[in-house]
Formats: sequence, C-alpha cells, structure tokens
Amino acid sequence: MKARVVVTLKNGILDPQGKAIEGALKSLDIQGIDSIRQGKIFEVELATNDQATARDLLRGACEKLLANQVVENFEVEIL
Amino acid sequence: MKAAIILFPGSNREGDAAHALETIGRTKPSVVWHGEHALPAGTDLVVLPGGFSYGDYLRCGAIAARAPVMDAVRAHAARGGLVLGICNGFQILVEAGLLPGVLMRNANLHFVCRMQHLTVERTDTPFASHYTKGQVVKVAIAHGEGNYTADAATIARIEGENRVAFRYCDAQGRRGTDANPNGSVNDIAGIYSENLNVLGLMPHPENLIDPLVGGTDGSGLFESLAVARSVNVCS
Repeated sequence: MKARVVVTLKNGILDPQGKAIEGALKSLDIQGIDSIRQGKIFEVELATNDQATARDLLRGACEKLLANQVVENFEVEIL
Repeated sequence: MKAAIILFPGSNREGDAAHALETIGRTKPSVVWHGEHALPAGTDLVVLPGGFSYGDYLRCGAIAARAPVMDAVRAHAARGGLVLGICNGFQILVEAGLLPGVLMRNANLHFVCRMQHLTVERTDTPFASHYTKGQVVKVAIAHGEGNYTADAATIARIEGENRVAFRYCDAQGRRGTDANPNGSVNDIAGIYSENLNVLGLMPHPENLIDPLVGGTDGSGLFESLAVARSVNVCS
C-alpha cells in the first residue's frame, strides 16, 4: 500500500523559504495568493495492507525522524 | 582529558577540531566512526564537529542524531561526561534531544560565512573557564541554519537557568539586529545543558586558535577543556 506523509511548519514558526517563494510569486505578478508555507512530502511504499498498522508505523516514523516536533506538524495520508 | 571526535558522513571540520584539541587542549583525540556502538574507554569529552552530516538531508543533523554511536554519546552525557557540538554538531545535539530547541534556516536566508563577535555569558563551566564573564570574543561563523529558537517556555527556562553560553554582538559588545547574523532568539549563539556538561554552539572556536588565520579568541575554549574535569564521570 502507498501512503503520503506531509510535514509542515507549525503555525507561528517563521518560514523564510515560504516567504521568499511568496515574494517571487508576487514579482511574477501572480495575483490572489495571500501567503505560502513550504513543507515536505514523503511518498512511502508500505509492506502492509492494513490501514491501522500503516498509520501506526508512519506515526512512529514521523515522531522518531521525519518531523521535528519542536517546530513541525505531520499528517499521514493513506493512498 | 581524553577526547573523542565523532565522524559522520559529511562532517568536514573534524581535522580542525582535532588540531585545536591537540595544540591548545593538550590531548590527542581519537576519531570515532558514527557506526560504532561505544566510545573509547575513559572518554571524558565527545566532540561533534561541524560540516554537513548526511548532506543535511531531511533536516540539518537529523540523521546523524539517530546514528548508532549517538546512544553511547547520550549515555556519556547522562553520566556527566562532556559533549561539545560545534555548528552541525550543535544541530545534531538539538536533534538528538541532548539540548532543547531547534536551529532554523537563517532568517535572512543567507548562508553567513564571516567573523562574528560574541559575548561570553558565563565562565563557571568546563568550556569557558579561561574566558572572563562578559568578554567579547571574535570567532568565525559559517552556517545556513543557525537561527536558534524554541517555544516560549523553553526559552524562559534556558534564560532563567542561565544556560546561554554565548550571544552574538558587535565588536563593542552591543547586541541588536545588525549584530545577529541569523535571527536567533535573544541573540543566542550557544547553550548549555542543565548540568553544564553539554555545550552546543554555532560559531567555530576551533578555527580561531592561530594568529595566522586572523585571531586566537577560540583558544580559550580549548584551554578551558584542557583543565576541565567531567562533572560526574571521573569519580
């Protein structure tokens, strides 16, 4: 089974990369975007076909390595 | 003082750290591969050198912090053994949970590589006894992700427990926006653990120990270590 893990900065944490991208889009005259935050996506292939097992496994992976929970949130999406 | 420098794939300042330990710290360190599960017997000081461990993939220091040898480093720190993390080593220490907080991308997005002044915030530690309190020192910085931050409660605790080791300042010791190279909260350049036996700092004192390269203000840290005793480990 496939899954996707999305790691994003927590609200209130300064995201200078997002700000830079936001500025670049404005300079391209792309209208209507208020703000952008940059995150990371992990495409994961899992051995299991059980959704609950997959979620548990990926939550553990996020807590142990994929996300730094001081400043980042994560979401697990089973595809 | 018996020192060990941990070598991760992508570390690149291990030679500088070894040179500083040998010439100023009066100890010839052993270099320990990250895949090891133990430190050399009798190790007093572990140094995590600067560089780009694992290419800074995922987050700076994140993968190195989970390397096999880090369990031994954690146990060493828990016993009161000395640990020094410089630059990428500081990033590894926060990722490993040995120091609180996190090092974010520099607020100005620039990789900064220059000389930088710091104030020495306290000197009653194994790392800073050869400095004077409030002394302004000049050392080198070279980093893209040195913007130290933590949640408000953690910052309040670090400040309350007087655990800031060094703060960025200008040549006159004045703090403020221009003197802060990366946006670090409260101009923090380095912090201590609760027991003062773990120090993480972004600047590179190991690169300022010889007048030939522009200064010797980094020597004080290694002179301090030369006479330091681990807090509890050497009983």
